[in-house]
Amino acid sequence: MTRFLTRRLVELVLVFLGVTFAIYAMVYALPGDPIRALGGDRPLSPAVVNELRDRFHLDEPLWQQYLRYLGGLFQGDLGTDFDGRSVTERMATRWPTTITLALTAWLIEIVVGVGLGILAGLRRGTWIDRSVLTLTIVATSIPVFVLAIVGQLFLGVRWDLLPIAGDSEGWPLAYLLPASVIAVYSLAALARLMRGSLVDVLQADFVRTLDAKGLTRTRVVGVHVMRNSLIPVITFLGMDLGFLLGGTIVVEGIFNLPGVGQLLFGAIRSHEGPTVVGVSTALILLFLVSSLVVDLVNSALDPRIRREEARS
Amino acid sequence: MTLDTRTTDPDVVLAVEDLHVEFVVEGRSHTAVRSASWELRRGEVLAVVGESGSGKSVSAMAVLGLLPRNARVTGHVRHGGRDLLTLAPRELRALRGAQISVVFQDPSAALDPVFTVGQQVVEVLRAHRPGMTRAEARARAVELFTLVDLPDPEARLRFYPHQLSGGQCQRVMIAMALACDPAVLIADEPTTALDVTVQQEVLDVLRALRGRVEASIVLITHDMGVVADLADRVVVMRHGEVVECAPVQELFDAPRAAYTRALLDAVPRRRPADARRAAAPAPGGTGAADRPVLLVEELVVEYRQRRGAVRAVDGVTLRVDRGEILALVGESGSGKSTIGRCALGLAPLTAGRVQVAGVQLGRDTPRAVRESRKRVGVVFQNPMASLNPRRTVADSVGEPLYVHSGLRGGALHARTGALLDSVELPGGWGGRYPHELSGGQRQRVAIARAIALDPELLIADEPTSALDVSVQATVLDLLADIQQRLGFACLFITHDLAVVGRLCDRVAVLAGGRLVEQGRLEQVLDAPADPYTRRLVAAAPVPDPREQARRRELRLAGAMA
Repeated sequence: MTRFLTRRLVELVLVFLGVTFAIYAMVYALPGDPIRALGGDRPLSPAVVNELRDRFHLDEPLWQQYLRYLGGLFQGDLGTDFDGRSVTERMATRWPTTITLALTAWLIEIVVGVGLGILAGLRRGTWIDRSVLTLTIVATSIPVFVLAIVGQLFLGVRWDLLPIAGDSEGWPLAYLLPASVIAVYSLAALARLMRGSLVDVLQADFVRTLDAKGLTRTRVVGVHVMRNSLIPVITFLGMDLGFLLGGTIVVEGIFNLPGVGQLLFGAIRSHEGPTVVGVSTALILLFLVSSLVVDLVNSALDPRIRREEARS
Repeated sequence: MTLDTRTTDPDVVLAVEDLHVEFVVEGRSHTAVRSASWELRRGEVLAVVGESGSGKSVSAMAVLGLLPRNARVTGHVRHGGRDLLTLAPRELRALRGAQISVVFQDPSAALDPVFTVGQQVVEVLRAHRPGMTRAEARARAVELFTLVDLPDPEARLRFYPHQLSGGQCQRVMIAMALACDPAVLIADEPTTALDVTVQQEVLDVLRALRGRVEASIVLITHDMGVVADLADRVVVMRHGEVVECAPVQELFDAPRAAYTRALLDAVPRRRPADARRAAAPAPGGTGAADRPVLLVEELVVEYRQRRGAVRAVDGVTLRVDRGEILALVGESGSGKSTIGRCALGLAPLTAGRVQVAGVQLGRDTPRAVRESRKRVGVVFQNPMASLNPRRTVADSVGEPLYVHSGLRGGALHARTGALLDSVELPGGWGGRYPHELSGGQRQRVAIARAIALDPELLIADEPTSALDVSVQATVLDLLADIQQRLGFACLFITHDLAVVGRLCDRVAVLAGGRLVEQGRLEQVLDAPADPYTRRLVAAAPVPDPREQARRRELRLAGAMA
């Protein structure tokens, strides 16, 4: 187990370095001069430009800048943007919004997605099963922003059930609609995965053995079948938390929620390189940690995975 | 067979009366069991024998209501003064695993992979004995594991199914089935998925239960050897009907039903040696005939895994000459199939030489090696998997001709028809698809494809082990017939010594990747020199109750000494 954990941690660090470098290099390669952009329409004097270039080490080669950035990172410093504000500070006020949004979406996905999947799996071949399938296909085929705008129109404007935009109403009201919009796509995939997994396990030989042992249906399905069929579902959920975080970028814009996604979106448009890299780095870290947690949960559920780990 | 179905004999613990089972598939009903009746007496082992589709398993599963939802069951199943078919689900559940329990065929699939075997045994105890504490249940589990001869029972409780061998898993299943002292134990093909030496151990465990536990046993099997080994009485089923019911000795000595006789005749037995010898073509004096068709020298095959390499084949040397059938015998993991794959160029050659039809694999040019493929035919175990389901029989059989001989149109059609004819399939069946054929017919198609190019070497990897005995017999006869006609060399890979005796000239025995013994058929089977071969020969059950009893006595006496 320790060996497995060490190996995964090493992998995590390598992936982290690779991805942050890639993002750093891409931001570095973006066209346009961020320093000139600072001045807006008025041209800055060459002295000021040189001053700023020097302060932000913009004349150094890419690798040197990256190493400098890494150095700061290990001291907990995500860098300073060109307008002199600390990236950490800029993000700090926004994280709660984004994390609340992503976790709410996750919760909706788990409850509704797993719920529908179990319902369809246990009632295989009935109208319930078919409706769930149809629903998931419809859900996957609607683009996110269409769903968002239609939701705003009906739930917000026509029926006045939920706020249209902004977070003044607080959790949960302000978050329900944007979170549902992010969750819908994954939710449909999750429902189908859960259903398929459940149907497979229900047909496994060992389920007949459990019936032959005289166990109640509740125990057979609730304990044995569930634990077996949840393994792929949990893998999916872990990967998906990262995608949900990515999904917040669009949705925070549509619903005007002051989250990290909005910050990132704005930063990309105005060439605020350090902010782009800082936010991306934080998102990557969250993604990597959540996938590590998934692996650990899975190995707790499935002894065969534990053996694979022991071997590696 | 008529039985007194209205018996109230206290010695009858389970009586199936006039049982009908139908499956409704897409609105149409298919009868699986019709009017079957049999009874199980206290303390006996009743074997229910039949081939696939005979309804033997279905009738046993109907007893406990374990059939899928689309099954319609009528008739009576009497146990303890009640008719089990009329019980409410709740009453039936109280019975399952407690009064009547089941051991299934594939033990590694029949246990829940994510719980320890201890938890799974404790679970059944606590389901039926609510008063039992966790500690008592654990103690009982240890006792049960001891009863089925699991080594170090205390520690085994904490094992997961994948950490145990197939034989050990089956012992766990038996222990679990016996947990609540059932009156009836239904064993559905309990040893079919196991290697022959492991099968013998499990049969010994089942045998040893008599006298130690109360349970009477219903043994469902297709294997006459297992019947001879374990059963007191036998019920023979065919197409859902009971065709005969008799004490075991009587059944083997004087089978009454024609089908029983056919079934017993189909069990592979040794052919007289001279019959085989006469059929084999006389070795020619020319140089080509002296050259071995397949030559394997000091072959080593290793598969690299994450932790080190696994040596599947370890220094094996053998040769197969023209007109000869060499049996490569071993249990699972012995490396027998790997050698076959090596000869086809499908497994990595770690060391040693493999020469097929004069071409050395891995040494000669890829072009020469590709050319040599033409001269090798192959038949795999499962014809359903080895035939492309989307191509017709004629497409599959004709493909080698199309690719290698360049035949097209009418010539291809004619040759394909002739090939189907030679495997005794109607030539007009070329347009059919594999799913429209039975297992035996599919294997005939696979054989036709293998001999399409008139090969020098035929590799047959367990070609009959997925087939019913009666079908197996006809396919083996066909194979022997074609081999005599075409005179190719044949590497016949199998785990079944009985099949070997029917077909082969020489035998090579593998264990753990090493060749333990090689020689003429009579020599290896009648006077095996190696202890492993001796164990293998003794373990294969023969369809003769007296012989089985004699062997068991010998074995147990050996264990005592």
